[in-house]
Amino acid sequence: RGIFGRLTALFEKADFDETIWDELEEILIGADAGLETTTAILDRVRQRVKKEGVKQSVRVREILREELIATLREPGETVPAWSRPDAPSPLVILVVGVNGAGKTTTIAKMAHAFKRDGATVILGAADTFRAAATDQLKVWGERVGVRVIAHQPGADPGAVAFDTLAAAESSRADVVIIDTAGRLHTKSNLMEELKKIDRVIKRKDPTAPHETLLVLDATTGQNGLQQARTFTGAVGVTGIVLAKLDGTAKGGIAFAIAHELGIPVRFIGTGERMEDLAPFDPVEFVDSLLA
Amino acid sequence: MFETLTERLQGAFKKFGSRGIVTEEDLDQALREVRMAMLEADVNFRVVREFTQRVREKALGAEVLRSLTPAQQVIDIVHQELVDMLGGEAPKLATAPRPPTVIMLVGLQGSGKTTSAAKLANLLKKQRLRPLLAACDIYRPAAVDQLVTLARALDVPIHEEGTSAKPAVIAQNALEKAKRMGATHLIVDTAGRLHIDEDMMNEVAELRRLLQPEEVLFVADAMAGQDAVNAAKEFHERVGTTGLILTKMDGDARGGAALSIRAVTGVPVKFIGVGEKADALEPFYPDRLASRILGMGDLLTLIEKA
Ligand SMILES: Nc1nc2c(ncn2[C@@H]2O[C@H](COP(=O)(O)OP(=O)(O)OP(=O)(O)O)[C@@H](O)[C@H]2O)c(=O)[nH]1
Ligand SMILES: Nc1nc2c(ncn2[C@@H]2O[C@H](COP(=O)(O)OP(=O)(O)OP(=O)(O)O)[C@@H](O)[C@H]2O)c(=O)[nH]1
Ligand SMILES: [Mg+2]
Ligand SMILES: [Mg+2]
Repeated sequence: RGIFGRLTALFEKADFDETIWDELEEILIGADAGLETTTAILDRVRQRVKKEGVKQSVRVREILREELIATLREPGETVPAWSRPDAPSPLVILVVGVNGAGKTTTIAKMAHAFKRDGATVILGAADTFRAAATDQLKVWGERVGVRVIAHQPGADPGAVAFDTLAAAESSRADVVIIDTAGRLHTKSNLMEELKKIDRVIKRKDPTAPHETLLVLDATTGQNGLQQARTFTGAVGVTGIVLAKLDGTAKGGIAFAIAHELGIPVRFIGTGERMEDLAPFDPVEFVDSLLA
Repeated sequence: MFETLTERLQGAFKKFGSRGIVTEEDLDQALREVRMAMLEADVNFRVVREFTQRVREKALGAEVLRSLTPAQQVIDIVHQELVDMLGGEAPKLATAPRPPTVIMLVGLQGSGKTTSAAKLANLLKKQRLRPLLAACDIYRPAAVDQLVTLARALDVPIHEEGTSAKPAVIAQNALEKAKRMGATHLIVDTAGRLHIDEDMMNEVAELRRLLQPEEVLFVADAMAGQDAVNAAKEFHERVGTTGLILTKMDGDARGGAALSIRAVTGVPVKFIGVGEKADALEPFYPDRLASRILGMGDLLTLIEKA
């Protein structure tokens, strides 16, 4: 815009008033982005609106969209281990999270995706605690057509992880995915157990796990941030999987996690079938949130 | 650091209190702190809005502004209002005039239905009642095995037909069996489902029609966020829920979703789940959840545990 454009813009009447900020705040809070993250994002939008002399509410929304996408990209566009040209073999993925988030199902979906792409996959049933957790993973293993290494209920989860890695080595598998029992991040004994599984894996391969994925239920509220913080503190989470995004929840906690912890989202879960996994796309995610 | 709402409100009022007067604006500032605490606790923002408006009116009516302890008064009003909203006494399970009393567990995926079914069976068994469990989740891999394993560990009978029969058929056979064996309760585990899944919602509505249960308990995760109301509302409208079980309260989630669910459905919280084991089910106390939502610690529970 030239000087005249800018001048007209100055005299143009804004088609929004201060209530627009309340509206936008409700969208973000209603999506579980949390008050703090919402305020931080809206502050940025407000500054730009002022600096750029924005008069149209459509433009305010555009700026919000841009800032939301930027927030999700804050962690940086790091390439996940499985997409790197020098991907280690076997590639080891550890999957963690609170109870019922969607870990086991997500593992089945990932196994399906890797297999479809031509990789051989082995799963480790290191949830030896929850009733029939091993059976659940075995059923998935059969459906997807991948091997599952399992021990008896109540067995040491570290030993399962170790055996899975050994099996992968001897059969030259490309990808190993370890399922773990759901645990609330507040239970220090269970978090210690998780650290032990991580150590056992490292004993076999000091560079593993190459990815540690935290599965979050997309319906989770503000507690999700604490989950991400604590699991990261214990075993260094490298990526988030947002499961159950096929409901009406928006999964806005991903903004808080990206903003405060710099952890990227890798996948989204969109159903209960093995095909229902998609790579995370910040643009699509934001657009469905603002829709 | 973790600051309790009490401290925050005291801070808010102290700033103004030193001028000797507390104004309506000071009250609004205090209510902003309340709003913040409730949003952090995942209470739905619409519920929060109505709540703070009501508290504002009450505070003005109670002449909080002239009080010497405005922070404490606001806290008291907020807390009392929350307790009222959450319901009075810990509500009991309904009983059928003629056994068996049928209890159905419904809810979103992974909320804790199957575990809660086992916990209820355990609770009833401890009261020397005779529950029968029914495995009506034919979809989730190994859902039947999960309930069978839990039932076996508790030594509670279970009716299951694997995964090839329809849930309605299994449920009806389970009811017959419960009558035959003189069970006092039939506890029906159902598959997790999304409230927007037409077919699956029809299925669970159909189960309700067939079983005519005394209780349809909506099992909700204490970590749930803003969307909890949508799911709860839809389940309530389609299946007529009679109570709520709030699970995973052994973590540090503040559990504000329960307040929202109560506000939009009117359904009382009946139990809270506080662990993965079969005995980790507790009666619900409104005042404890009120304190927890406000971030004032779960003092009473702590004291009781000590
Ligand atoms: N609608 C929907 N349901 C999902 C999705 N992912 C998982 N689920 C369902 O959520 C429930 C829990 O999933 P699991 O994979 O067993 O969760 P988990 O984290 O392994 O659970 P625990 O091992 O008990 O902690 C199951 O009923 C799954 O079918 C998803 O993306 N969409
Ligand atoms: N810490 C804790 N975990 C719980 C509680 N209730 C259930 N869980 C765990 O949450 C996870 C999911 O529980 P399930 O009983 O399988 O949930 P569900 O609703 O039957 O799941 P679907 O059948 O897949 O929809 C399991 O890991 C349970 O052990 C609780 O009160 N506290
Ligand atoms: Mg699992
Ligand atoms: Mg279940």
